[in-house]
Amino acid sequence: MSTPLSGPGSATQAPGRGPGGSRPPRSRATRDHAPITLTGVAGKVLLLGLTAGIAVWAAFPLIDGEKWAGLALLAATTAALFYLYLTRRHIPAKYLVPGTLFLIAFQVFPVLYTASTAFTNFGDGHRGGKDEAIVAIQTSSVTQVPGSAEYALSIATKGDPATGPLVFLVTDPTTGTVSAGDTGGLRQLDAADVTVAPGGKVTAADGYTVLNFGQASARSKEITDLVVPTAGGALRSSGLSRAYEGKAVRAYEAGCDCVRDTETGQTWTADEELGAFVAADGERLAQGWKVNVGLSNFTRVLTDKNISGPFLGTLIWNIAFAVASTGGTFLLGMLIALVLHSPRMRGTHLYRVLLVLPYAMPSFAMLLAWRDMFNADFGLINNLLGLDVDWFGQPWTARFAVILVQLWLGYPYMFLVATGALQAIPRELTEATSVDGASPWQSFRAVTLPLLLVALSPLLISSFAYNFNNFNAIYLTTEGAPFPADNPTNGATDLLITYTYRLAFGGQGAQFGFAAAISLFIFAIVAVVSAVSFRRTRKQEEVYS
Amino acid sequence: MRIRTAGVVALFALALAASGCGRDSDEPAAKESPKAAGGKLVIWADDKRTAALKPFAEKFGQENGVTVEVQAVSKDLQTNFVTASQQGSGPDVVVGAHDWIGNLVQNGAIDPVQLAAEQKSAFNETAIKAVTFNGQLYGVPYAQENLALIRNTELAPEAPKTIEDLVATGKQLKTAKKATETLCLQVGQNGDAYHIYPLYTSAGGYLFGTGANGDYDPKDLGVGKPASIEAFKKIGALGEKGEGVLKRSIADTNSIATFTSKKCAYLVSGPWAVADVKKANIKYDISAIPGFAGGKEAQPFVGVQAFYVATKGKNKALAQEFVANYTTTPELAVALYNAEPRPPALTAALDQVKGSDPDLAKFQEAGKNGQVLPAIPAMAAIWDPFGKAEAAVIGGADPTSTITAAGKTISGQIK
Repeated sequence: MSTPLSGPGSATQAPGRGPGGSRPPRSRATRDHAPITLTGVAGKVLLLGLTAGIAVWAAFPLIDGEKWAGLALLAATTAALFYLYLTRRHIPAKYLVPGTLFLIAFQVFPVLYTASTAFTNFGDGHRGGKDEAIVAIQTSSVTQVPGSAEYALSIATKGDPATGPLVFLVTDPTTGTVSAGDTGGLRQLDAADVTVAPGGKVTAADGYTVLNFGQASARSKEITDLVVPTAGGALRSSGLSRAYEGKAVRAYEAGCDCVRDTETGQTWTADEELGAFVAADGERLAQGWKVNVGLSNFTRVLTDKNISGPFLGTLIWNIAFAVASTGGTFLLGMLIALVLHSPRMRGTHLYRVLLVLPYAMPSFAMLLAWRDMFNADFGLINNLLGLDVDWFGQPWTARFAVILVQLWLGYPYMFLVATGALQAIPRELTEATSVDGASPWQSFRAVTLPLLLVALSPLLISSFAYNFNNFNAIYLTTEGAPFPADNPTNGATDLLITYTYRLAFGGQGAQFGFAAAISLFIFAIVAVVSAVSFRRTRKQEEVYS
Repeated sequence: MRIRTAGVVALFALALAASGCGRDSDEPAAKESPKAAGGKLVIWADDKRTAALKPFAEKFGQENGVTVEVQAVSKDLQTNFVTASQQGSGPDVVVGAHDWIGNLVQNGAIDPVQLAAEQKSAFNETAIKAVTFNGQLYGVPYAQENLALIRNTELAPEAPKTIEDLVATGKQLKTAKKATETLCLQVGQNGDAYHIYPLYTSAGGYLFGTGANGDYDPKDLGVGKPASIEAFKKIGALGEKGEGVLKRSIADTNSIATFTSKKCAYLVSGPWAVADVKKANIKYDISAIPGFAGGKEAQPFVGVQAFYVATKGKNKALAQEFVANYTTTPELAVALYNAEPRPPALTAALDQVKGSDPDLAKFQEAGKNGQVLPAIPAMAAIWDPFGKAEAAVIGGADPTSTITAAGKTISGQIK
């Protein structure tokens, strides 16, 4: 069976045979019981073909970037997948592997990537490597030599337009003389050999092929890299039709590991801890690079007074917000579900449709609409109720308002899941309690609620975790307001996530490394809360099931 | 059995070959054939500008035998551009506001553009100043915009000379029940530094001092200095606990709408508001934002939209050609004006459209004394704390402690 399986599968399969020696009877049995169907084969071919296609597609950039470790991993994963689905063994693995792969790709990898970013200074001004920073510094310092001329430019070659070495044909605007320039410098051409268009551009020259825009732009990189040395600096292209005499004022010197300004003589020395070139007086060049900063992002969270000071208050409000949002929506949703679950209720279908409506509307738009409704002077709520409350201007009204909005947005979901769970509870149970003489409240407390909670606890926990980090709920309504007059960084309705977003991205450019460190802290808090709740739930399930 | 497995393998091999070859055959074809070869220019812009750019980009492509693709990035263009360029998947040219320059330069995302002296002189001087950063020209401007005072001429026929004038007229209108608000100047719950800036400068405040070369100096921060506190005392006097002219309930979402529903006679806004005002059939006029009596001039920020050459574009020479030699033509500037009426930065283009649109000249007049919006990365640290301090002072907080705290927060964030 394995003979036609040439390629990646067979190699890995051979060693697998040895230990599997004891299994043949079982695998034969499965073979007998699982007939091969046409759809099965077609599906397999399609999916494996897709896998191979994706692998090939992913391989090209890896080869281009010479990332051999990544390529090896890709090849090994693909080979393993083919082996797994072409062999008849390892039935459980066939079911587990796709889920595991997605788990790694979408959960484990992002967490690890965030964790690794937390140890760097990755952010605006520190995105790439040192080489890129040096190139950026040098290119951005190229200035036109004062008083130098602007030349009309044509790109030409002596050889084939696609491959021949490039030459700049430039026309001096004052004298009208045409010169050919390459890395060796400028050579003047005989006026009789060239045809010059009115604008000064050379259209033909003896011995040269003048490239049209299409041909030239195909060799864009060579053109921008071509620098023709001149007495005052160097001739560079500015696009495809003009050249100027420019000079890179700043240059990197490997000897001192510094950038030197050739005009002022000032130097900026590379600081590998900051990932920037720093002058003696502490001035930094804007273009820096990404470096490992160890634990400094974490220590900043703990030691910076701006961050650790309001941290506790924000955490308490954050927990209160998550509990109130989850608890409030659950209570309201469950109450409505109970009401509509009553057999005496009429028109339940209509009510259900109406109640689910808020859930069907995009929450983004709804949050913005609610924000406008809470406007103190023009908002619907104050105008309708004749109130004069500055809703988002005072801490407690603002907190109340955001929870109210959450309640409105969230209860349909709780209503839906509670309805589902209620329908799964056999009516005999509640009927039995009423036969035993229990009041409706007692029967609800003793039978319905515990059974509901068994089904809904995991959902409540996930809803809590979601609301704990409910960025949109705050950012699209109050944006954290109101802020104390003397502290614009931490507002009364700020959640940890909106607060840290402001710290990491509100200042001078994005600080991804710092943001990653904070999100690890939040991750730890949410993980602990969830783990504790799940343990409690499990105990509850043991009691009631 | 064997045949079936063989069939699976054969089919799979086919699928593999097909997926592999599909790619193999594409690439060399694009590289080898010289006619189609021309290379491709990719431009990123926001939705509105994409539509206006497309015909011109196509014309540029046809004239020069290259393919030009204009791609719309409707959200977070700047961030997306920086991230994509870092990964090498960015465009060759990007269109955006000039205050991005500081951040784009520190991330090594854009290259300087070399313009000839006569090309530069065709532009409005302020526009060229806006796209100049650290002594280098980083973009080619095509439109500029600034705030002005738009007034409902039925309610307020005369342009106010001072803020005090404006407040007096507003009060009269309120007592006569012709309007409910004095001035529609958006503040919002968390303030709006851009819209309050003219009043802040008129009251004597500044954000950054300028260095010897005329560039903004991030080390000379004006927020938190005594002058800025004095300025906010004046702004606070117009606030909710004072005259009630500036209110946090007037925000970006309702400021223009309040004006168009004739609830206020004055609106502080830019060219983007004019379309709504016209639609509401309001008789309006545009004048400069007045300053405080006896104070300095009210200077609005001047913002410029520009074309940039991406450092990591695949076709930089062509991008430079497009940006330096093609976007500097008045035709393109006029077309972009028609797509969205912001005053063109090219003097020739402005003259061309001025005749049919008198508002443009008025906006430009109102922005004459304007200050170029700082493009230095430190500016990003200003917006949030400054806006919140403004909102707090307008809400009645003590200017001294509020502005001192804002100054501290800002200087703490500037590297």
